Amino acid sequence: MANEILEEHINKDYEWGFITDIAADEAPKGLNEDIIKFISAKKNEPEWMLEFRLKAFRNWQNMVEPEWAHVSYTKPNFQDIIYYSAPKPKKELASLDEVDPELLKTFAKLGISIDEQKRLTGVQSNIAVDVVFDSVSVKTTFKETLAEKGIIFCSFSEAVQDHPEIVKKYMGMAVPPTDNFYAALNSAVFTDGSFCYIPKGVRSPMELSTYFRINASGTGQFERTLIIADEDAFVSYLEGCTAPQRDENQLHAAVVEIITHKNAEVKYSTVQNWYPGDKEGKGGIFNFVTKRGICLEDNSKISWTQVETGSAVTWKYPSVILKGNNSVGEFYSVAVTNNYQQADTGTKMIHIGKNTRSTIISKGISAGFSNNSYRGLVQIKKGASNARNFSQCDSLLMGDKCGAHTFPYIEIKDKSAVVEHEATTSKIGEDQLFYCKQRGIDNEKAIGLIVNGYCKEVLNKLPMEFAVEAQKLLAISLEGSVG
Amino acid sequence: MISIKNLHASIGDKEILRGINLEVKAGEVHAIMGPNGSGKSTLSSVLAGREDYDVTEGEVTFNGKDLLELSAEDRAREGLFLAFQYPVEIPGVSNINFLRTALNEIRAYHGQEEMPAKDFLALVKEKSKLVELDSKLASRSVNEGFSGGEKKRNEIFQMAMLNPKLAILDETDSGLDIDALRIVASGVNKLKSKDNATILITHYQRLLDYIVPDFVHILYKGRIVKSGGKELALEMEAKGYDEIKKEFEIAD
Repeated sequence: MANEILEEHINKDYEWGFITDIAADEAPKGLNEDIIKFISAKKNEPEWMLEFRLKAFRNWQNMVEPEWAHVSYTKPNFQDIIYYSAPKPKKELASLDEVDPELLKTFAKLGISIDEQKRLTGVQSNIAVDVVFDSVSVKTTFKETLAEKGIIFCSFSEAVQDHPEIVKKYMGMAVPPTDNFYAALNSAVFTDGSFCYIPKGVRSPMELSTYFRINASGTGQFERTLIIADEDAFVSYLEGCTAPQRDENQLHAAVVEIITHKNAEVKYSTVQNWYPGDKEGKGGIFNFVTKRGICLEDNSKISWTQVETGSAVTWKYPSVILKGNNSVGEFYSVAVTNNYQQADTGTKMIHIGKNTRSTIISKGISAGFSNNSYRGLVQIKKGASNARNFSQCDSLLMGDKCGAHTFPYIEIKDKSAVVEHEATTSKIGEDQLFYCKQRGIDNEKAIGLIVNGYCKEVLNKLPMEFAVEAQKLLAISLEGSVG
Repeated sequence: MISIKNLHASIGDKEILRGINLEVKAGEVHAIMGPNGSGKSTLSSVLAGREDYDVTEGEVTFNGKDLLELSAEDRAREGLFLAFQYPVEIPGVSNINFLRTALNEIRAYHGQEEMPAKDFLALVKEKSKLVELDSKLASRSVNEGFSGGEKKRNEIFQMAMLNPKLAILDETDSGLDIDALRIVASGVNKLKSKDNATILITHYQRLLDYIVPDFVHILYKGRIVKSGGKELALEMEAKGYDEIKKEFEIAD
């Protein structure tokens, strides 16, 4: 009985695996300075941007791919990747009517509405969306509404053209182009992404979001997101992503940077659902992402919430540098791995300012033959007096072929620091499932109930619409993994 | 209500139930007693559909349906309720949410709509009174951090909410002090009707002072070796199980 459910759901597992048949404008395969110049020229970039890229590229060439993560995979052949792919025609889009109908259909299928009118009159709440398809941003909604408040929300490419002074000032501040192998690669070849600037004293009237979609075969996606909250500003930012079902491994190496000024707050939520590969572990996205925020000034706050259900391999540590006094960093994470997925994810909290506080709540769920690791660093620098950290890392195992690992690193250079770490490992028991069944709740619903209960502290941090989405996704990712 | 004929069940190579015959009609309360290891809990697990046991022989009809053909969840939806000897904790899942899911799953099975939230909450209020369950417990995670007595009361509360046709109470009296026992028993008595039936599985006579059975069966080495009225329970209490053991010793 349970096996039938399992079969049924594994087969219909990944609902977003379709491919959009759309003509694409692509760069030739491979990576060299000419390709970078090609990308830069395609985007009509200023000289300084090209310089930034080339510098990063030269650095990258001398770097080695990191091997410390608890994952194993065949390293990508960087000369076998297409670094630029844009849906044709690539011209300025003045209105939605000019967007390729195939593309609109794709996003409709994904449940992403890029039609503002529909959203305004519909029951859904208003969320401004920047949609990135392969290498380019297709459409940013509600730009005008936001502009009235002085909020700049646009694609990264547009920001380079229209707000070069802001981009130049902040880009690379949280994640320097030399930071790590994948961040360097991204800095060299990034093609688009989202840019957001919230001016002094403004609370964004709506949630801003980016939706990433990889479509073309053989491509990598290298997008950059830069979010700046000026003094007393607030924004809640959402990120979602999917990719078609393909036998090859595709590389996604993104960079996200957040900068908060005095009293500002940025809340960044991700539901990551890249194609995880099939049940034998074939295909799937390599998700090698660098996300970091700096609480640049006093009393500011950066909060990361992530629900990671997709990707074949995930390597991701959304971090916060707590530079301003009294600043706050938070990391709430649910990472689910099933079949042959591997995840090595966690955070770094770097305490520099006085009275800085950080909270880490990580919930790992492993099923099938997967491996799920939490890796975290809590660093209290000298002079960060009265810094506090609380970390809680829980692992839930389903079945006996999967693994859960915890690698917490703590470095304390200031005696006044208070750092707490708690960790638990548990198993979904047959007893719990039977108890649910005896009350009329079937296996699938029971797993959903138990897993959602386990992740509650994190799911509670997500904005409403996202939380519902995440709950469904958790259930789908784990269907049939017990019993 | 339920008709058990020549039921044999084993776990691994070990046969635990060796031909159980039992007939329970609507409106009746049956008590099943017996020494440790006689198969009492196995019987309740097999009836509830726990997969650890293999049914090797026999048949069970529940309201005209072949019970053994049904999945555990469908048995529950058909109206079979097991009050667990050791209720399970489910962290992060509130009692209320758990019960609402259960209730609506059962309703869906019978083609009924979900119960409106308002009605559901009214029902929670009404039924929690029945077992004097603190309303705070309803919003806490299922059985998490509950005392032994609270867990047992919570089982009866769930039973009240789900309103089963047949309730099997597996050692519900174990670990209860006298006050808790009285509360639990009074809850069970209030839920009794001419349309439902109860099977009490117990080691001691004590519970039967509060919930008076119509029939008492003595289970020994996987068989019902003696049946009678409520006086049989008193007799067992007075004599102990030794006599039964002597009388019905079966070579393994």
